[in-house]
Formats: sequence, structure tokens, C-alpha cells
Amino acid sequence: MAKIPVDELSIIQAYGPHLSASIRGTTSDEPEKLVKTHCCFCGQQCGIQLKVRGNDVIGFEPWDEFPFNRGMLCPKGVKRYLQGSHPDRLLTALQRDPTSPSGFRSLDYEQAIARAATEIARLQQAHGHGAIAVLGGASLTTEKTYLLGKFARVCLKTPFIDYNGRLCMVSAGAANKKAFGIDRVTSPWSDMIGTEVLWIAGSNVAECSPITTNYVWQARERGAKVIVQDPRITPIARTCDLYLPVRPGRDAALFAGVLQLMIEHGWIDREFIEAHTSGFEQVADYCRAWTPARTADVTGVPERSIYKAAELWGQAKSSFLLHARGIEHHSNGVQNALGAINLVLASGRIGKPKSGYGTIVGQANGQGGREHGQKCDQLPGLRDISNPDHRKYIASVWGVEERDIPGPGVDAYELFRKIDAGEIKGLISICFNPKISLPDSGFVARALDKLEFYAAIDFFLNDTARHADLVLPGSLQEEDEGTVTQVEGRVIKINKAIQPPGEAREDWRIIQDLAQALGRPKGFTFAGPREIFEELRIASKGGISDYSGITYDKIERQMGVFWPCYANDPKTGAPTPDHPGTPRLFEPDSFNPIAKGAGRFYFADGKARFNVAEHRTPVDDVDDSFPLFLTTGRVVSQFLSGTQTRRIGPLVKQYPTPRIELHPRLAQKLGIADGDWATCETRRGTITLRAMVVTTIRPDTLFIPYHWAGEKSANRVTVAAQDPISKIPQYKVCACRLRKADAAPGYDAKLEAQQ
Amino acid sequence: MSVPRQLEFFVDPSRCIGCQSCVQACSECDTHKGESMIHLEYVDRGQSVQTVPMVCMHCEQPTCAEVCPADAIKRTGDGVVQSARKPRCIACGNCVMACPFGVPELYIDRQIMMKCDMCYDRTSVGKKPMCATVCPSQALFFGTRAEIDALRPQSTPTNRFRFGSQTITTRVNVMVPRSKSPPLMLDVTAAMDERPENRNVRLNVVGNSPSTIEPMLDPFAEVEV
Repeated sequence: MAKIPVDELSIIQAYGPHLSASIRGTTSDEPEKLVKTHCCFCGQQCGIQLKVRGNDVIGFEPWDEFPFNRGMLCPKGVKRYLQGSHPDRLLTALQRDPTSPSGFRSLDYEQAIARAATEIARLQQAHGHGAIAVLGGASLTTEKTYLLGKFARVCLKTPFIDYNGRLCMVSAGAANKKAFGIDRVTSPWSDMIGTEVLWIAGSNVAECSPITTNYVWQARERGAKVIVQDPRITPIARTCDLYLPVRPGRDAALFAGVLQLMIEHGWIDREFIEAHTSGFEQVADYCRAWTPARTADVTGVPERSIYKAAELWGQAKSSFLLHARGIEHHSNGVQNALGAINLVLASGRIGKPKSGYGTIVGQANGQGGREHGQKCDQLPGLRDISNPDHRKYIASVWGVEERDIPGPGVDAYELFRKIDAGEIKGLISICFNPKISLPDSGFVARALDKLEFYAAIDFFLNDTARHADLVLPGSLQEEDEGTVTQVEGRVIKINKAIQPPGEAREDWRIIQDLAQALGRPKGFTFAGPREIFEELRIASKGGISDYSGITYDKIERQMGVFWPCYANDPKTGAPTPDHPGTPRLFEPDSFNPIAKGAGRFYFADGKARFNVAEHRTPVDDVDDSFPLFLTTGRVVSQFLSGTQTRRIGPLVKQYPTPRIELHPRLAQKLGIADGDWATCETRRGTITLRAMVVTTIRPDTLFIPYHWAGEKSANRVTVAAQDPISKIPQYKVCACRLRKADAAPGYDAKLEAQQ
Repeated sequence: MSVPRQLEFFVDPSRCIGCQSCVQACSECDTHKGESMIHLEYVDRGQSVQTVPMVCMHCEQPTCAEVCPADAIKRTGDGVVQSARKPRCIACGNCVMACPFGVPELYIDRQIMMKCDMCYDRTSVGKKPMCATVCPSQALFFGTRAEIDALRPQSTPTNRFRFGSQTITTRVNVMVPRSKSPPLMLDVTAAMDERPENRNVRLNVVGNSPSTIEPMLDPFAEVEV
């Protein structure tokens, strides 16, 4: 029974989001200790020192020595410490109780675990193992994601596990595997400095990965030309050398048009293409139809700029291409990323200093979280759950029979379709707030209502967990240790600063307690993250993302280790305890265990693959009745579904409530002034927010940030179309129309900004 | 305890991304009780995402101190203009009115003026100011002249500012692009156009010789819209 127990306002009153106390300690308070760790939010994973007194984090101190960010932090990093000791923090397990005014009542942790196990066992007995699904997240440490994947496959024996990286990294991941055979950025960010051209495609770097800004600016200081492809002039675009105001959902077309000009003018590296790639001719054939005129017509980017882009990119001696969700959050997301990769491969500028390519991960462990088995089709080490050899190896590590490991499951959205269809009856979620973060969220809420049993693990009662039968109090990032793999592929160490308060537990303990209560503790008796990591090293060994040579000590000593890092030399098999890791992939003399010396890339022939990156019109494209594009994204002071950041007072104050960005030309046509209430309508429904009239967006496009809940949630109106390969939702474009609102929305008088 | 002379503050608004990291970090300091002493403003959000961070410029001849009837504002030997001394400040607001950069603020509830003191508690013991430490774009930079020369070949520091007939020299520097050609102002609709009309950003830099100074109303309203 996973219906919301009482009206949501009552739950909000009890469990928030409320705002944090403004400042925990004072800066004159000397901390008892400073703990060197990393920020809990995005994939940049900035080094930070937490000031700890007693069992409280009372502030922060910059960590100047950590090489990636050298003390720099974004506002979220600065205020992250305020999430601890928060009035909304869950200190006990909760049980759904419609008779309680808040909708929930506390219960003893042991009882909660026992009850969860009983419900899971009951549903699995009646409906089979696949009746229970697990949803994980990419903000968890790699140890937790590894354990969660193992828990689903070995303890629950269900194929149905997936994670919120499905909304984030999968288009880039799939494209990387198709093109390079490995899914990781090619180079450390320091390779940007000294590069000639920097192409930023669909990435609001300044707001979503702020620390990367300084790398971009340093590249500029050294003479780099910056190309930005975005329907909005974001802060990173403001001073760029070439701005490509692409119409939402037309990125693959733009890449094809640029590549066509490069081919026509001979601005490609024929020698590299010949020696190190395959599939170029098919791509060239496809691009032939993308004349500048047609490309301009489809993308909305003028011919002069398409030509300029081809000229800048084509003639450079070194280059770096970055992309992010702007080109990936599409039903054509994999193709868009492949289009970008084709530009890189055609240039031949890969695997050498001052040149690189990569996607900017969104979540803390966007990289590590997609490598070790919480993804529905994957086993640890970036292994394939359908590959018999991969299954055998992991079965041997786990001490189970190969046939007992379930096959591939389904993506996170499909999982909700299965809940809706009644095939999945029970759900365990951690680190995922799908009611806000999945598209067409009305459907998600209706599906949640149909669950017979739902257990949510979280440290705050997130918006989805309001549907839960049981809430298990998990740990904040600073309450546990483990590793994450940041944007560059650098494995780093999260250090524990404080103990989980009250009855709260480290998440890995909760998972193991569930396994124990289900009567299948075998393989779930780790004493801590370090032990889990030791097994993960073995499980990843021989896989593409090989962590076998990484130890906690090595991470500390080197301030991070870039994977792959081998315990044994892949060429000779000799032990390599001092293997330093691999900051830059695809270097000329590099040896990888897949190509075995045949070449630099991770395929048997050692060659990278060109893939035809086809432009397809977005699902739910504009038409006469819905003539505008709606695109969604982030603001710098909030993070994802806001479970944490909508509880941190100073961050809420910075950007309290979402607004609809629109161009003055459109505003004038519709009679909307800056600050007016406006209603955006799509085929799914409507959302009413205040208008923000700015010249920094295409006049045919609206932008709404997605961090808020309920009636302020952008995903009420987004479309649940998905990429056929990666299954990423098409968040970055759907058709809509806009009108001045008849009146202020009802929520305005009832709810605080963050609620 | 003093701030070493060779360590200087450099502000480069062209780098600023408006993220407010500096504001959030500044408000952490106990000496100003949760208030931020840094100002971060959009020039005109309707027209551009350009933002400008404003720290105290630490003038050689601080106007705020000159107009203070209570002699509450002191410039220490290291060139740092300190915030108002609590026993002396009468919260008259003269400094707020007089500062050409708009830096000091009056806190009526506490009956005191407070302003940026270059994180004296940190900079006088060898640390960098908090804002310049965290700034993700390094629009705020604290270091030596040699460091800035090495890191920022595209721009050059200036510390002379003209307000009407008053020319002010400051301890804090603003980075000015070396390029003589004015940068284009980026505009979405112009970028969508095959034949756009260019809009340039006007930038007037105070020259070394006072006679070459062009009249300018507000040195921080550089963007012509």
C-alpha cells in the first residue's frame, strides 16, 4: 500500500523541506578536527575540509592542496555542511500510518528491517523474485552501488535494478562504448589548458559544474577559442568566441553539418582515420546530405556560424570537446553524443596532451556509479550481464552459480511501467527521488500508488518517500566512508566525519541487515566499506573499468587514482602494485587488455569506431497548437531534486523558486511582463510559475529549472520519450505553449518557496 | 600581523559567472555575523548574464575614512582599510554615501557600518581571503603580481579609477583586457541571424596621464545596451 497516507501539506509540515538553521557554529569556534573529504553534490567532487565538533559538522575550510579544485568551491559546496544536524533529519525508521497527523509514526529500526523482510518475502513467494525492484543512485559511493547490485542479483534474485544515472550518464556512456569500447572521459581536465579550441556542447558549465569554469578560462588565457552550443547564453557562453544557438533537439544535425564542411575542406586527419578508426566512409556518406543550407534550416544556427565552427575545429592542432545533458537528454541522445565523437575522431586529436574529449558527469559518482553493477544490464567492472564469460567471472567472485544470476532488467522508467502494469509489486529505493526527477511525473505518482510494498532508504523524507510503507533512516555522505569516481575518471576517497545520528545507519549496513533478515546473509557480511572495496577490486579485475590496482592508501597518497589501474600488468601479467593509474586514455604506446596491443582503443582490433549519428526529430516536437520548445535544467544553487539543497537556507535564498525564462520578443507577443505569473502547457499538463524575461534565450524556447516539487515541478509537463539505446528521457525538449496566468497559483499562498 | 605587501587582490569581472560562491563563503565569517560583505550584482539580467563582484577596493586615500566624523575607519600600514571600529562608529552612514564603489553598508539593527576587510583574520596570518579561495571562475584572485602576469596574459591589472574629477588609486586591482578591439556583446537573436548587427561593449580605461582620461560617468556600467 504505497498511497500517500495523509494530505501532503501535513507531511510537509512534519518532515519538510524546512530550512536549516542559518549557521551551525561560528568561524571563531575551533573545530576538534578537520576532515579532508569531498563535496557531496556534483561530479566535480571538489576537495573540502569539514570542521567537526562532537558529532556535528560545524563548517568548512577550503582544501587548497587537492589538485582538481585547489580550494575552489561553488555555493553548494560552501553551504553543504548545513545539511547535517538538520531539523528534518530522519533519526528513526518510519512506518506509514494514516491515523497519525503527519502520516507516519516512528518504529524501532530492528522492527522496521524485520517488517521489510517479511513483506519482501511474502511478495516474492506469491509472485516470484521479479516482483521486487530496486532503485539506486549515482550519488552513492561505489562500494554502496556495488553492494546494491549484488544485493538485487544475489539476495533478492531479481533482475529489476536500475538507478538514477539513467537520467544522467547513459547516453554518453552508450556512445562512448560504441565509439571507444570504454566509457570514461579521455583526459584529465588539466589537458584543457593549452588547447587551441574548446567546444562546449549542451553544458551549462558555470552552473552545473562550476569548477570546470576556471579550466575553461585558463584555456582562454592560453589562447583557446571557445565554441558554445546551447539554446541559452549561459554564463560560460557570455564571452565565447563562437556561439551556436541551436534549436533544442537538433544537435546531431549540427555535428553532421560541421563534419561535412570539415570533409569538404580537407580539415580532417586522414592518416589517423585510416590507421586508428573504422566506419568513416558510412559517416561521410551520411553527412553528405547535410549541406550548410539544410543544416542551418534544421538547427536554427546560421550558415556563417556552421562554417566558422568547422573552420575553428577543423584547423586546430589541439582541441577539447565537452558535452553534457544538453545534448544527451534526448530521445536522440546517443546519436547526439556519437555526432560529437565523430568530430573528435575525424580530427585525430585524441590520446595526446592538450587534447581530449569527455562528458561532464552530473552526480557525485556519475562515473563510478555506472560501472559496478547497479545498472540493469551490467555487472561490476563495466561487464555485460548478458555475456556468459562476464557472468561466470562475477559468479565466481560472488560464490554463486552463474545460472542463478538474473539476466538484464529494465531501465528506471520502464520499471515504473511494470509497476503500473502490476508486474512489479514491491520497491526498495535509495538515493533516488523519481517523483520529481522522472518525466511526466503524474504517471510516476500513479504508479507508486499501485505498489503493494515500498521501502525507501533516505536521510530526509524525500518527495517520493512520502508514498513509502517504510522509511529506513540512511546516512549522509559525511556519515560514511567509501570511494567515488569523479568527472575525470579519478577515484577519490570520501572520509567519514561523524556518526549517523539516532537510529540512522550507514546505507551498507541497512542493505546487509535486509539480507540478514531475509535469511540470505551469504556475501553480505562485510565489516565496512574497505572490505567491500577489496571485493570490488577483485570483481572489477579484468573488466574494462579495472580497479584492481587501487587501494584506499594509494588514493590518499596520490590524491586520487585514475582507472584503469591494474594489479597485474595487462601485457605480462606481472604484479604491478605501484601502477599509478591511467590519467590519459588512448595514448600511442598504450596497451589495453581488450586490444592486446592491436591498437589504442578498447576493441579487439584496437580501432575506434565512427558511428553514423543520425538526426531524428524529437518526439513531441513543436506544431501549430504547441509552438514553443520547452527545455529544462539546473541553477547553480540547487542540486537535482533538491532533497538536500531545498533544505539549506542560504541556497534557497539565492534562487528561492523556479521561474520560466523567456525572450522579450515572445513576452511582448504574449503580453507577459517580467515577474508575471505565466502558465506553460504541454500535452501532459500545466505548470504556473513567474516569468523571467531575458534576452539570453532563443525566442522560440522556454527554460524551467527542475529542482522543485509538486506543482512547481518541471517534470509534471515533460515528455516520457526515451532514447531507444540508452533509455535516457528527453528532458531537454518537448512542445509547449505559454499564456499569462489567470491568477496566482494556489500553492503560492500555502507553501514556502522551497516546499 | 599584517597582509604582506606583495600579495594583492585582483578582480576580473569578465570571468565572473554570478554563482555567488563568494557571497555564500563571505557570510560564513564570524566577524560579520552571517552577513556577506561582498556585493555581487547583475549589470542588467534582462540583457545579459554579466555579473560584477565588488569587494572593498582598499583605497590609498579612503573616502569613507575621510568623511567619517568619528574617525572609526582606519587604514592599516599594509594598505587594508579596516571595517568600522565598533566603539567609535556612530552609524551615521556618511561612508555609505561617500564611497564611490558603493561598498560599505549600514546595519541599523547593530548600529554599525560593516564592509569587506580583505578577510583580515585570514590574510594577516598567511591565508587567502575566503572569496578568492572559493571563487570557481577565479574572477576573484589573490596572489602576487608575478603570478597574475603568468596566469593572465590576456589582461592587465589597473588600480586607478576616475569618478567625476576624483581619481582614486586602490590596493585592489581590476583586470582589463589587453585587446584593443572592443569585444562583441553576445546576443541570441543576433547569433541566430545570417547578417547580424554587431553591438560592441564599450570599455574606458583610465590612462597613466590624467589628461587622456575620457569623461565617464560610471566605470562599472561598461556594458552599453
